[in-house]
Amino acid sequence: MRTDLLMSVQGLSVSFWEEKRRLQALKDVSFDIPKSKTVCLVGESGCGKSVTARTLLGITGANSTIDEGTIHYSDPKGTLVDIVGLKPDSKVLRRLRGNDATMIFQEPMTALSSFYTIGNQIVEALRQHERVTKNQARARAIEVLEAVGMPDPQAQMESYTFELSGGQRQRAMIAMALMTNPRLLIADEPTTALDVTTQAVILDLMRTIQKKFEMSILFITHDLGVVSEIADEVVVMYLGEVVESGPVEQIFSKPRHPYTRALISAAPHYAGNQESRLPVIPGIVPSLLERPTGCAFSTRCQHNKSELCNIDRPPINLGSTNVRCFLGRAGVPEEFKKEGVTTASDEGEKTESLANVALQVESVSRQFVKRTGLIRRKEKTIRAVTEVSLEIKEGETLGLVGESGCGKTTLGQTIAGSIDPSDGKIRLAIEGQMREISNLSEQERRNAWQHIRFVFQDPFASLNPRMTVFEIVSESLRNGPSRIEDRRLRQQRVYEVLERVGLDPAQSDRYPHAFSGGQRQRIGIARALAPKPKIVIADEPVSALDVSVQAQILNLFQDLQRDLGLTYLFVSHDLNVVSNISDRVAVMYAGRIVEIAPTDEIYSSPRHPYTAALLSAVLTPEYTPNKSRREPLQGHPPNPANLPPGCSFAPRCSFASSNCQQNSPTLECDDEGRLVACHRKNELTLSGITRVSGNAVA
Amino acid sequence: MMITVFVITVVSFFIIILPPGDFVDRIVLEANQYGEVFEEHEIADLRRMYGLDQSALEQYLIWMGNILFRGDFGYSFGWDVPVSELISQRLGLTTTLSVVTLMFIWIVAIPIGIYSAVRKYSLGDYAATFVGFVGLAVPNFLLALVLLYISFRYFGQSVGGLFSPEYINAPWSFDKFLDLLSHLWIPTIVLGTAGTAEVIRKIRANLLDELHRPYVLTARAKGLTELNLVIKYPVRHSLNPFVSDLNDLFVKIISGETIVAVVLGLQTTGPLLLQALKEEDLYLASSLIMFLSFLAVLGTLFSDLCLMLLDPRIRRQAREGEMM
Amino acid sequence: MSFAADNANYGTLIWRRFRRHRLGFLGFLFTIFIYLVAAFTEFLAPHSQSTYKARDVYAPPQSIRFFVKDRSRQETFRLHVLGYRSKVDYDSGKRTFVEDPRKIIQLGFWVRGDKYELWGLFDYDRHLFGPIKKSDRVYFFGADRLGRDVLSRTIHATRVSMTIGLVGVALSLILGIMIGGISGFFGGFIDLGIQRMIEILQSIPSIPLWIGLAAAIPPTAPPIQTYFLITIILSIIGWTGLARVVRGRFMALKNEDFIKAARLDGNRPLRIIFKYMLPNFLSHIIAVVTLAIPGMIIAETSLSFLGIGLRQPVVSWGVLLQEAQNLKSISTAPWLFLPGFAVVLAVLSLNFLGDGLRDAGDPYEN
Repeated sequence: MRTDLLMSVQGLSVSFWEEKRRLQALKDVSFDIPKSKTVCLVGESGCGKSVTARTLLGITGANSTIDEGTIHYSDPKGTLVDIVGLKPDSKVLRRLRGNDATMIFQEPMTALSSFYTIGNQIVEALRQHERVTKNQARARAIEVLEAVGMPDPQAQMESYTFELSGGQRQRAMIAMALMTNPRLLIADEPTTALDVTTQAVILDLMRTIQKKFEMSILFITHDLGVVSEIADEVVVMYLGEVVESGPVEQIFSKPRHPYTRALISAAPHYAGNQESRLPVIPGIVPSLLERPTGCAFSTRCQHNKSELCNIDRPPINLGSTNVRCFLGRAGVPEEFKKEGVTTASDEGEKTESLANVALQVESVSRQFVKRTGLIRRKEKTIRAVTEVSLEIKEGETLGLVGESGCGKTTLGQTIAGSIDPSDGKIRLAIEGQMREISNLSEQERRNAWQHIRFVFQDPFASLNPRMTVFEIVSESLRNGPSRIEDRRLRQQRVYEVLERVGLDPAQSDRYPHAFSGGQRQRIGIARALAPKPKIVIADEPVSALDVSVQAQILNLFQDLQRDLGLTYLFVSHDLNVVSNISDRVAVMYAGRIVEIAPTDEIYSSPRHPYTAALLSAVLTPEYTPNKSRREPLQGHPPNPANLPPGCSFAPRCSFASSNCQQNSPTLECDDEGRLVACHRKNELTLSGITRVSGNAVA
Repeated sequence: MMITVFVITVVSFFIIILPPGDFVDRIVLEANQYGEVFEEHEIADLRRMYGLDQSALEQYLIWMGNILFRGDFGYSFGWDVPVSELISQRLGLTTTLSVVTLMFIWIVAIPIGIYSAVRKYSLGDYAATFVGFVGLAVPNFLLALVLLYISFRYFGQSVGGLFSPEYINAPWSFDKFLDLLSHLWIPTIVLGTAGTAEVIRKIRANLLDELHRPYVLTARAKGLTELNLVIKYPVRHSLNPFVSDLNDLFVKIISGETIVAVVLGLQTTGPLLLQALKEEDLYLASSLIMFLSFLAVLGTLFSDLCLMLLDPRIRRQAREGEMM
Repeated sequence: MSFAADNANYGTLIWRRFRRHRLGFLGFLFTIFIYLVAAFTEFLAPHSQSTYKARDVYAPPQSIRFFVKDRSRQETFRLHVLGYRSKVDYDSGKRTFVEDPRKIIQLGFWVRGDKYELWGLFDYDRHLFGPIKKSDRVYFFGADRLGRDVLSRTIHATRVSMTIGLVGVALSLILGIMIGGISGFFGGFIDLGIQRMIEILQSIPSIPLWIGLAAAIPPTAPPIQTYFLITIILSIIGWTGLARVVRGRFMALKNEDFIKAARLDGNRPLRIIFKYMLPNFLSHIIAVVTLAIPGMIIAETSLSFLGIGLRQPVVSWGVLLQEAQNLKSISTAPWLFLPGFAVVLAVLSLNFLGDGLRDAGDPYEN
């Protein structure tokens, strides 16, 4: 093993046993972890990233076996140890685990126990491996908490997980992993559950501590944006195999494997072109029980040469990156020409100024009153949405972005009429007239609901498991004003709409459980479209889906809009997704809209400090050396039950003046006619992001 | 809390008084069997004597008033002595037996439950599961009967009662206490089996869930030994739902005690209550039901306190005054 | 994740999972068996519940024999039991029974015996199994203090014991759904009040409460009235648990996305409840109900055992076990315990069935 390596994995195969069936989770996996470098394991869900990481520490669980391979680890004295040969509870492995190599996880809320103070859990990490007194360990813990930027570390030692914000929890988790001065930190999707601004802070932190502690990081993620931000080396996994590995700049500039190329192309990003389609990878990652013979990716590869790829497993081709692919023999082109987004059609020239208003939201607020106490006398008012006004034109897509808890989902549901606003009006254009659709009787509401439809986030929870797809889609045609009496006509409509969203009507007698996540989301869309609505509200419709499937669904939304002239309100936390589909974007913070403008204007020249902060935290799937480091946004959003006086963003805003602390700004036009809710809108110069070009620079 | 106590006093009293028939009816009925016949006015006199001629509400208010202001729980018609005299010792024994049984259940069931979950599908787990099923399906009194039979048949002695005959009426002494302990184990086992079975099942199921939580993986990745991490994390987490069900368990023990005491001939509240009910002994029966319910409420209070000690979340809620 | 590409509907999925739950399926088969017994007691029991023979007081169980030796010592197959010769020891007053090899009581299927009226509809006198000669008596489970056949009485008791659980649970369920529904529907203070009431009711020990109520049933009440009064008494506490479950499920489902979607599809509330919510928590409710039946059976048995539940001439397992209440009778006739086994078996199978149903209830859970 090379001396600059900390760990070297060779030919590792791991299986799980489930109900007497063997599932091969890893097949012949090889990669190296160099000292003091960050290696990213990247791939879609079910590709064996987490299993790989857990195998390194011997914590895969009792129902797994290592079938083959070696994991060589160069211990501090320089001797080589093969982890595969060690028992999971052997002394050597336990010394490695938690001392030399530590791990952090995706969701610190559940990965930390809520029954012990974080101090207790952090101290334990050290005392497990070193003979130190409680006080020494405590002192060290406070020191490390300080190092990871925990505010008031002394006091936070005594707090419990549920008393911390998401970012603070992840900091505590990282501190715990740093207690023993590890040589390797394994991070399993550590930023996936976090908001973008928090993600930026944590990534920043990880880079800093890596330098400070001189350790290696094995970073697991599905997000290519994160990879481009943090990786030195990249290992791309597919169906439990390593399909490509190499230095990060090579992976992004000259990817060689069709899967890597497809992943890079399919990731949504700001391209300055909203009438666009993303290149997609057809199908989904097959289940482990249906592993293709030959090349693992053969079933979805556009270069698949069946007589070759379906029969033999491709060898590893060394080069600028190492790829497991037949490459030239299968006709994979040498050069990677990034498939940029393509303009779907050229008749899409919109005459926005002439288009009619489809939906009008006028000063809508929504509060929830939470009663607590023994006889519920105490009241807490949670201001989920405050004085929101906006308009959407016919055929337009308005993207609604904001971090979790900002009220975007509540606003979406209020507009859809599933909850009533506490204040304000919502009007919908019905037959050329603006009609109010809020605060209606249940009967009138049902009439409005044929025009305004909703697509849910969770493709599993939003479909009744007891109804067939046909029944689910036909529900709105059986009831209410869009009722189709004639059964044959109704069936015809259901089949029509199923075909429209890319599902086979012949499968409409099946139950939802027979479909994959992406297909289920198509069912959800079909249900929304059945009564021929004018406007569709989509609440995070792609955030539960894998990258490749995400692109398929986003394209579907685009196609449907073009063909049916639909109007969308597209709610999402993901600025990359929103940029890809929206004509205009509204940014929400603490229940208010802080800025609203056409997509290009928002992304290239934001006017609100919060928008700028959000944009600076957006990661793009593109490697650029020496990224100009931006200042990540610190702190966390205010509690909607206890909003600060004045501008809600003021406590986190680096531009805040005393006026901002006291008076709440309203959404008004600035000098250039842009709508911004900021007292200093005309004074500030803020920078946005540049569009990612269609063709990557070599 | 106060509401609960108040409702309990109402329920305890009206359950006895509302159904048709009272103590005087019993006397008359009994007398009839011996050929005596009471005149109408004699019956009325009797009613007046026992205070049964007033309306149910009046009787309740009088009873409550006496309890609140004079600590007087009324008079037992059947025994001709004040209720408090009759029940004080028996209530003590019932409490002791219930608490001892609860302890027994914990000591036996928690380790077995943990073992069963950690060594899932081992021989020990199957054995525990079997015991669990038996405890679940065999009614208390049947178990008591079987034990009675076995001890009689194979050891030639009766295991009933809480004291040997020579101590029953003796004043309290250390010897009497030891004698009590030596008799306590049979009723404890009989009463505790169902609870033990239930707790084993519950702990096992909870722990099996908890063993797959992410924090277990975290602890494992820290290098903790399996035993240490299981005890520190998942066991602690799985105790939570168990403790919040504690009052339920305690209520069931008190409830079961009534019937087991009858079968085993224990000098606790059970047989007294049964007899009082059959005789329509108003104040005795009401007071007994009331006290047993209070005991159960104390159990609830205790379990809430335990939960507060155990769960920092609830502790915080309590501090913020969300509980009471 | 694997995608079963088949058309199985939800019910089929539950059934498949249930079939794989071995104990649950066993419990299911056995529960069916017990209820079949309850339906055909008169036909299945060799004798009626009340016929007795004074000479057979406390006769021990007889075992079935298969071969008879004739005079030439040739063995022939013939189902039979041996009758008893009884001796009375006049000093102790005890009667001892000795098998008499000459008294061969032949057994057969589909034999004539005590007359009965099946379900109050048909007069009949055939029994599945019993002595061929109508006047003979057999005691597979022994005889009781009046010389009645314990097996026949145990079989007869099945009907009362098993149905009292069903009726009690049905009553609890009606109360539970109504009160739980009111609680969930109106919410606010009504909900709060009902929830508190349930908490208080659950904090009162049930057996003292039950016996308090049961003691009020006049001993002279006709059996059918006692039967229903007992079920009502059992339901007084039984409904609280079910009401909580119903309300909890209702509340949880109300926030599910697919319920919200149903509303947005223009469905009226009643249709949402019956087409969406009910089917989705039905399996859970069925499981909970199944698990509540054994509690009712044990409660009835306990009350009857104490002598304040059902009374003679009604027979339930509890009434039969009352015979075994004192040490004297169980030491002379330990077979009086045997109805207890029926209780244990019934309770176990219902518990297994309920567990199986509950585990199978959610096909998405792995």
